Amino acid sequence: MPETPTGASIRAEALTKVFKGAPAPAVDAVDLHVRPGEFMTLLGPSGSGKTTTLNMIAGFEAVTSGRILLDDTDIARLPPHRRDLGMVFQSYALFPHMTAAENVAFPLRQRKVAKPEAARRVREALELVHLDAHGDRLPSQLSGGQQQRVALARAFVFAPRAMLLDEPLGALDKKLRESLQLEIARLHSELGITFVFVTHDQEEALALSDRIAVFRDGRIEQVGTPAELYETPVSRFVATFLGDSTVFSGTLRGGLLDTGSAHLRAAGPDGACALVVRPERMHLGAEGENTLSATVTDVVYQGAFRRVLVAFDAGGTGQVRDTGTTPVQAGDRVEVGWAAEAGVVVADTPGAAAAQSLDDPVPA
Amino acid sequence: MTGSPVLRRTLAVLGVLVGVWLVVPTLIVVPLSFSGEDSFAFPPRSWGVQHYVTFFTEQSWLTALLVSLQLAVIVTVVATVLGTMAAFALARSRFRAKGAVDGLFLAPLIVPGIVVAVAMYAAFLGWGLIGTPTGFVVAHTVLALPFVTVNVTAALSGFDRTLERAAASLGASAWATFRSVTLPIIRPGVLAGALFAFVTSFDEVVVSMFLQSPNLQTLPVRMFTSVTNEVDPTIAAASTVVLVVSTALLGLASVTRRNRRHA
Repeated sequence: MPETPTGASIRAEALTKVFKGAPAPAVDAVDLHVRPGEFMTLLGPSGSGKTTTLNMIAGFEAVTSGRILLDDTDIARLPPHRRDLGMVFQSYALFPHMTAAENVAFPLRQRKVAKPEAARRVREALELVHLDAHGDRLPSQLSGGQQQRVALARAFVFAPRAMLLDEPLGALDKKLRESLQLEIARLHSELGITFVFVTHDQEEALALSDRIAVFRDGRIEQVGTPAELYETPVSRFVATFLGDSTVFSGTLRGGLLDTGSAHLRAAGPDGACALVVRPERMHLGAEGENTLSATVTDVVYQGAFRRVLVAFDAGGTGQVRDTGTTPVQAGDRVEVGWAAEAGVVVADTPGAAAAQSLDDPVPA
Repeated sequence: MTGSPVLRRTLAVLGVLVGVWLVVPTLIVVPLSFSGEDSFAFPPRSWGVQHYVTFFTEQSWLTALLVSLQLAVIVTVVATVLGTMAAFALARSRFRAKGAVDGLFLAPLIVPGIVVAVAMYAAFLGWGLIGTPTGFVVAHTVLALPFVTVNVTAALSGFDRTLERAAASLGASAWATFRSVTLPIIRPGVLAGALFAFVTSFDEVVVSMFLQSPNLQTLPVRMFTSVTNEVDPTIAAASTVVLVVSTALLGLASVTRRNRRHA
């Protein structure tokens, strides 16, 4: 759509936001580098600072301290209308008194783009989101998914330096969410500009992102590709927030984790830590360096596999992805095994869900 | 509404009676204004438009009508601008005394008109505003302001401020955002406030009685003088004109409000 696809880099340096009267900073000295043209997702539970970070980039929230560099310019003190960033909101935020086409034309009108040129770009933008036939409709005459597509077109029609998306799929039902996810991924690759996407939905983050920044309590816990975060999380929080896992905490010494009631083989530096094992890396049966006896508590049939929840005799619970041919049932006695290199040793920070007891796997 | 048919019918009859009781005495002036005679005899024995001819030709009536119309237009503009700004300030700020300030803006609706009139008279006397156009504009604006703030505040309370963030992100300055996004969306509330402001000024009599001078009289004041000093049926025509103007504008206001709800 834009004639010269230009993705700006966005660099937050020691970005901090303290709300008046709040006991702790909402965003605490965050450093984040979004590369030109990258799809970066800010992922975290509510209250983790991801939306406040986005709002500071957009200019809606004043920065307490720190810098925001758009390419090489510090925009932290620039008013939002001079930042040249396309923003998409969870609530669509279409102007209800303007048609879809007028909404998309709005940023061009602010930039005094000549009428014929503006009309052409509005048409192209609406074509790109497959709504060229709906340009004369009012937002109230469009479905939620169509409204959000108009909002997307409105945000990229003026070829912004980057797109900021604040939980854009949050108000849509599951089916629409999935189709719009594909749409957003396609727009990102066709437009070639930088996307910063905020969500609390880990599946959305895994599906869309080049890289993900996991937020927790106003700080970034880890930044990495979806595969890096899933395969090699740095903390128990990241491990449990992205995907299911079984977590054992204990003390590692010489490749042996002492959980207090069991000894498990794992590779990592000595000291207090947590051992994270993904469900697909565990199996029912005694093969592998590590085996634990357990009782099946629940079996969830998922078609290609069964999700088997177990309670270990040694304490704690776990989750195994079982692809075996002999189904197990709740109450069955089983052995759970896994190879030593299947587990990842991480810092034993609190898990992703505060209400969860520490040894519970996070349900999907 | 459930209940026996008898009860329902009784209620309907009562409703109509109350309505008649409220409206008919007012409507008496309409046939009276078309009387062909120089008296208040009701029902008129003959019909004519002579009272309207007098009303629209005699200098004292015509001047009073023009004064009232001009005044109402100026008051509408001033009160709508000030009232809208006040509504924004009240709707969008949080401070400790906000409840008290909200109440102050409604005070002209609550304080008895005669008290307001006496107070303004005393104040304006010192400022030399009695009998001046400025005095009338200031006084009527005070009375009209609450209608604007109430209507605009109501419109603003239903306004989604994310739209303003969206406009800003799309490159619109604060003023451009107000002009092209906020104002068009709250326009029904502003219009309703403006119509109320016009009508408030157009048929205000108590304060105007205190502020009047022999060469600056509003239509309601001229009518009051007519009733007390003369026996002139032209007042019936004047009343009908005021009735039609006020009812038409308030009708318009309720239509714009209904549209806002449907939007």
